Amino acid sequence: MEFLNHKLDNGLEVIAECNDRAYSAAIGFFVKTGSRDETEPLAGVSHFLEHMAFKGTAGRTVDQVNREFDAMGAHYNACTSEEQTVYYAAVLPECIDRVVELWTDLLRPSLREEDFETEKQVILEEIFLYRDMPPFGADDRCKELYFGDHPLGKSVLGTVDSITQMDAAAMRDYFGQKYGANRIVLVACGNVDFDHLLETAQRRCGDWTPGDDRISGQVFKPNQQFLAMPKESATQQYTMQLAPGPKVDDPLRYAAKVLATILGDETGSRMYWEFIDSGRAEHISFGHGEYDDTATFSTYLGCDPELADDNLQRLDELFRKARNEGVTKAELDQAKSKILSRVVLGAERPRDRLFGLGNEWILRHKYESIEDDLREVRAITLDQVNRVLADYPLTQNTTVTIGPVTDWSYRS
Amino acid sequence: MSETIHTCQLPGGMVLVAEEMPWLRSAAFTFLVPAGSVFEPKERAGLAGFTCEMMLRGAGDRDNRQLILDLDTLGVDRSESVGPTHIGFSGVALAERLPDVLSIYADLLRRPQLPEEQLEAGRQIMLQELSAVEDEPAQKSILELRRTFFADPWGRPHQGNEPGILAVTSDEIRRFWQNHYSPKGTILGVAGRFDWPTLREEVQRLFADWTPMETDLPAEVVSPSSVRHIPFESGQTHVTVGFETVPYRDENYFEAWGATGVLGGGMSSRLATEVREHRGLCYTVYAYSYTLRDKAGVLCYSGTSADRANETLEVMVDQLRRLREGVETEELDRLKSRIKSALVMQQESSSSRSSSIARDWYHLGRVRSMDEVSERLDRLSAASINAYLESHPPGDFTVVTLGPRELEVSLGVSES
Repeated sequence: MEFLNHKLDNGLEVIAECNDRAYSAAIGFFVKTGSRDETEPLAGVSHFLEHMAFKGTAGRTVDQVNREFDAMGAHYNACTSEEQTVYYAAVLPECIDRVVELWTDLLRPSLREEDFETEKQVILEEIFLYRDMPPFGADDRCKELYFGDHPLGKSVLGTVDSITQMDAAAMRDYFGQKYGANRIVLVACGNVDFDHLLETAQRRCGDWTPGDDRISGQVFKPNQQFLAMPKESATQQYTMQLAPGPKVDDPLRYAAKVLATILGDETGSRMYWEFIDSGRAEHISFGHGEYDDTATFSTYLGCDPELADDNLQRLDELFRKARNEGVTKAELDQAKSKILSRVVLGAERPRDRLFGLGNEWILRHKYESIEDDLREVRAITLDQVNRVLADYPLTQNTTVTIGPVTDWSYRS
Repeated sequence: MSETIHTCQLPGGMVLVAEEMPWLRSAAFTFLVPAGSVFEPKERAGLAGFTCEMMLRGAGDRDNRQLILDLDTLGVDRSESVGPTHIGFSGVALAERLPDVLSIYADLLRRPQLPEEQLEAGRQIMLQELSAVEDEPAQKSILELRRTFFADPWGRPHQGNEPGILAVTSDEIRRFWQNHYSPKGTILGVAGRFDWPTLREEVQRLFADWTPMETDLPAEVVSPSSVRHIPFESGQTHVTVGFETVPYRDENYFEAWGATGVLGGGMSSRLATEVREHRGLCYTVYAYSYTLRDKAGVLCYSGTSADRANETLEVMVDQLRRLREGVETEELDRLKSRIKSALVMQQESSSSRSSSIARDWYHLGRVRSMDEVSERLDRLSAASINAYLESHPPGDFTVVTLGPRELEVSLGVSES
């Protein structure tokens, strides 16, 4: 396993973790733009643009694009979040050149008017699909309340109105500003030849112009509030919470991930025993999420409406107890075993490894090998985990709940 | 590609099938236990899933906490699935942990505690999973298509129904376990890094003295084609169409697979191109083959705004009909590239191989090696697919829609 990186003159970076014994290679173009970079009337443009990239270029129609990916046997897709838009593919080593050639073409898309109007319907159908699922809206509302004026409070999908009113010209402007070479990292892992990849990137992307840098570091005070959104038609009650967590440059970030496993892992965690084993909830998850300039702990709970009020009180109690009494050595060891195993298993397939590699580079401009990861996890102490609990009181959060429940004693 | 596949049949009838992947650091396993939802009494829909839920609540001398703690400490990434014929217990861990993990699973399958005092907790989970489906109309529509397409119990959703779950008693769970968790028909697939003689010996030690039970599988039946609308308070209408195809074990399976792939596999497929890319009618559209041992269906799905649902159904059915006119070599070549690439990439996933080889054993009584699949794909041609389509033209469509308004299904879809 060898890590290599290089920055082109225009600012585009190429990084790779090469393993010539891998059966496949994964490559991803990580573009540092997402909903937080959108200006007000263009809510959802990053995600819409991600769809439009597949619609082709001067030399390729949408049908050709789809056929080319399939003809390579590529396992490919793209995704958009608050901070990045990622275009990725896993292919057999002999197809790397073709897939890089294709992506570099698509990342300079035509954004044709006619395609724009057709794809607008697809985006709207995507919103309609989620809108029929009862948790819809609670997630965006929770972000909006928690982040207040900070741009991370914006919706990734946008709204039916913002999408309907958007035009192709505005998208082209947005593209011009946010898809500059300085905002793009080409990430590769698996069976890939770095020198050859770099040469291709130079030839294909060397003339891409730089654009704006992200404006980040906006100061904000995380809000704390409780909001219940009544939705009679839902059969379950869904609740989201956001609270502050250690940021990406904080040495406690690793301890934060271990804490998330102890409190909220899918199996064997405190939340598992309190809510799942007991049958009080259908689903609960808890995680530590990192952004450019902030970080959160987030909770998502789905349960029988009749149990919801009591469950939220129990959740507060779970957080309070952890903070007052700390977690135990046995819990720390159990969490470490799980994480260490997942780190190793998650590195077996290049396509699984790609995002860890790319995200770490985007967030910290750092490479961490699997061995580095394992070392960091092993080194975490009980004291560090308990310090996270002391420094970040999890009951001080924004909570948004949606579903049939109208009467709440929780936080009233 | 060259594979080393081992098999071993144990005295009680359980089969161990294993594939060596020595370049990995992991080992994965899949137990297929013949205790799926088709074995439930009609008035106890949900019993198979409920039993599976109870299986993880303590086994051997470990109570539920110790069981989960020990699996966590071994770093097992595990999951359970409830199918019509089998319950799947799967997991993956670092290779050196496999023997300890299998020994816990031997307790779990053979000596579960099925604690009576946790029955109500289990029931709550089952009821909430059932309600959650009502909040996911896309998933609900495809479950309803399966329920309509296959005759009961084959189309029964594994979530069961409310009266069934409410009625289940602790005794019934114990009896269901006693009658159906049996080595006869149980398949254990293992893939990844292991030493075969050691693995075989270990599995024999754990399972050789397991006593078999006799169970009868009802015959698989496809229902006559029909059109059904399920009123649902939603903005979108979910449009699903099913038609019969040949099962995995059929000699024409690869031809049928090719036709289904051209229709609905991948973004360059006909359905994705016509429904989504050219007309913008939906976000999701697909078709896939759902196979039992003797019967199988091609299940197609798309979700769209209620006022565009008629058009979506028309476009879908039009593409199904056109399939009879045959496929092009280019379409097939793309499909072959996708599957061949996927086959090579399976070498990087012990989990995916362990479940593939276990399923192969159920359907075929042997493992179709990757070399064999590859060679069979080379022989697959547009001509052979078209010959298949001529003798098996897509028709007798079952249409299930879910949404605010009934569709005008004036296409004569059930006449063909």
